[in-house]
Amino acid sequence: MSEASTVGDAARERGVRLVSGLGLATLILVAGVAIAFSVGRFPVTLGDLGVALWSLISGQPSGLAPATEAVIFNIRGPRVVAAILCGAALAVAGAAFQGLFRNPLVSPDILGASSGAALGAVIGIYFSLGIFGIQALAFAGGLLAVALVYLIGSAIRGGDTVLVLVLTGVVIGALLGAGVGLMKYLADPYNQLPAMTFWLLGSLAGTDKSDLLPLFGPVLAGTLVLFALRWRMNVMSLPEEEARALGLATGPIRIAIVAAATLVTAASVAAAGVIGWVGLIVPHLARFIVGPEFGRLIPTAALMGGGYLLIIDTLARSSAQIEIPLGILTAVIGTPFFIWLLVNARKSWS
Amino acid sequence: MTLAADTLSFGYPGRTIGRDVSLAVKPGEALARLGPNGGGKTTRLKTMLGLIAPHGGSVTIDGRRLSGISIAERARLIGYVPQAHAGAFAFSVRDVVLMGRTAHQGVFAKPSKSDRAIADARLTELGIAHLAGKPYTMISGGERQLVLIARALAQEPRYVVLDEPTASLDFGNQGKVMRQITTLKARGLGVCFTTHDPNQALRHADSVALLRDGTLVSQGAPHDVLSRVKVEALYGTKVEMILGQTSFAFVPG
Repeated sequence: MSEASTVGDAARERGVRLVSGLGLATLILVAGVAIAFSVGRFPVTLGDLGVALWSLISGQPSGLAPATEAVIFNIRGPRVVAAILCGAALAVAGAAFQGLFRNPLVSPDILGASSGAALGAVIGIYFSLGIFGIQALAFAGGLLAVALVYLIGSAIRGGDTVLVLVLTGVVIGALLGAGVGLMKYLADPYNQLPAMTFWLLGSLAGTDKSDLLPLFGPVLAGTLVLFALRWRMNVMSLPEEEARALGLATGPIRIAIVAAATLVTAASVAAAGVIGWVGLIVPHLARFIVGPEFGRLIPTAALMGGGYLLIIDTLARSSAQIEIPLGILTAVIGTPFFIWLLVNARKSWS
Repeated sequence: MTLAADTLSFGYPGRTIGRDVSLAVKPGEALARLGPNGGGKTTRLKTMLGLIAPHGGSVTIDGRRLSGISIAERARLIGYVPQAHAGAFAFSVRDVVLMGRTAHQGVFAKPSKSDRAIADARLTELGIAHLAGKPYTMISGGERQLVLIARALAQEPRYVVLDEPTASLDFGNQGKVMRQITTLKARGLGVCFTTHDPNQALRHADSVALLRDGTLVSQGAPHDVLSRVKVEALYGTKVEMILGQTSFAFVPG
């Protein structure tokens, strides 16, 4: 075999991997949507969904029962869209942070985004601010926490920049966790405390149409920035000095990646509460299928994360008499899955 | 046309390791920096690359101070071959070499057709095109070192700096990698490599600098500088000199 055709084969193999990865991810997502709409006290078939969506595009009346339309557009639809957006956001942010910190065991809350958002939310609940105030405080809390970690981390000179950032994130995260504990201690135990606990475990139960825009905007913006920086992110996952020797100004690129990944994480946490595991596991699964190159990894992780959280959320609202918090389900499913990954899929991250 | 250090002092923040080192390498020539481990070879090399700021003196490239050249332009002038490491993620060999094109691309760019053609050409030249689709984490240490040389060449630099290119390689792979030094010179590149093996300097370098405790002990043509007495003094151990018909080699102990 000639050298040139070997190189061509490699390019073809890459293409096949990408198509099969994106195909599988899309399949999971479509299956998730079909299941999500058909499961529940008022089942909606894929046909009904198609008719309703067509009427939305064409402006013609759908001819569906008003109750069916209400379920699609006001109840189940917003929740499905929110689950997809949150899952995609967490998976993309997880992939970005794992690359940036050159460590496959990192999750999106490594720099304190979740702890900051959690503190913002419990403060909002403590002062009975209402849902919009709580979400705004959570969003701001996530961004502020990461900005604080970044400022402190960059002010500490000498040593490994990345290690200093991670350690600062751990320390500030612990402090914010103490703040959350304090608010829970001070809260009214019959009214506020259950609300805080429920929010901290993650849920999409209260999602309605008005929640979608504040979620969609930041998630789209952050994901687009990360996708645009995909080749710089590949280089950022090399040791710092190598990346700089290749001509990359690592400082500004790192700030851009952290800002974009934090934006999507904070938006997701503000909408759905703290949902662990998605941002840790989905990037692994995606990397296992399409490899670590970010141009392929980001879209695959986004689709898979969306489908994954949608299926989890469908389980959360349908598998028991009461809503099961998402954070609990993702942990119950995530733990054995992650152990399986450790045993069988080492090559995806070693 | 030279990559030169002029009365350079270097080290990490708060700790100067070496002082008063002046060296130069010209296109088509190889300079070996020889010395025992801990002699400041790697630190000085990072200073030459502009990764660490000098504590005194200066590094110049074709007469321009390195500190006045942007990070991207620096990468288009000097290619860096670090010691081979496993890496955190299983990028394909082709993607690793493509990363050498970073300094030729815009911030939001993905590799162009010509970037890919250059990367593939470098893989073919180094005889590792058959590895293109393999994960970088799954190939041998010797193959990794060749991939990193291909990546440095994809930068299309005028100088290449290699940090202990044969550290932790077996005997055969040491030969494969060191032969590339000769190829790099033949391409008209100025080559600068660190080593702790005086025989590599003898065989592949046009000039050699002996560094001990951060200071330049001696420099010049390999056959002038590398005498048994000097090598013994450099490493602090007894050395035997084996004479061949046209060349010689050192054996420690």
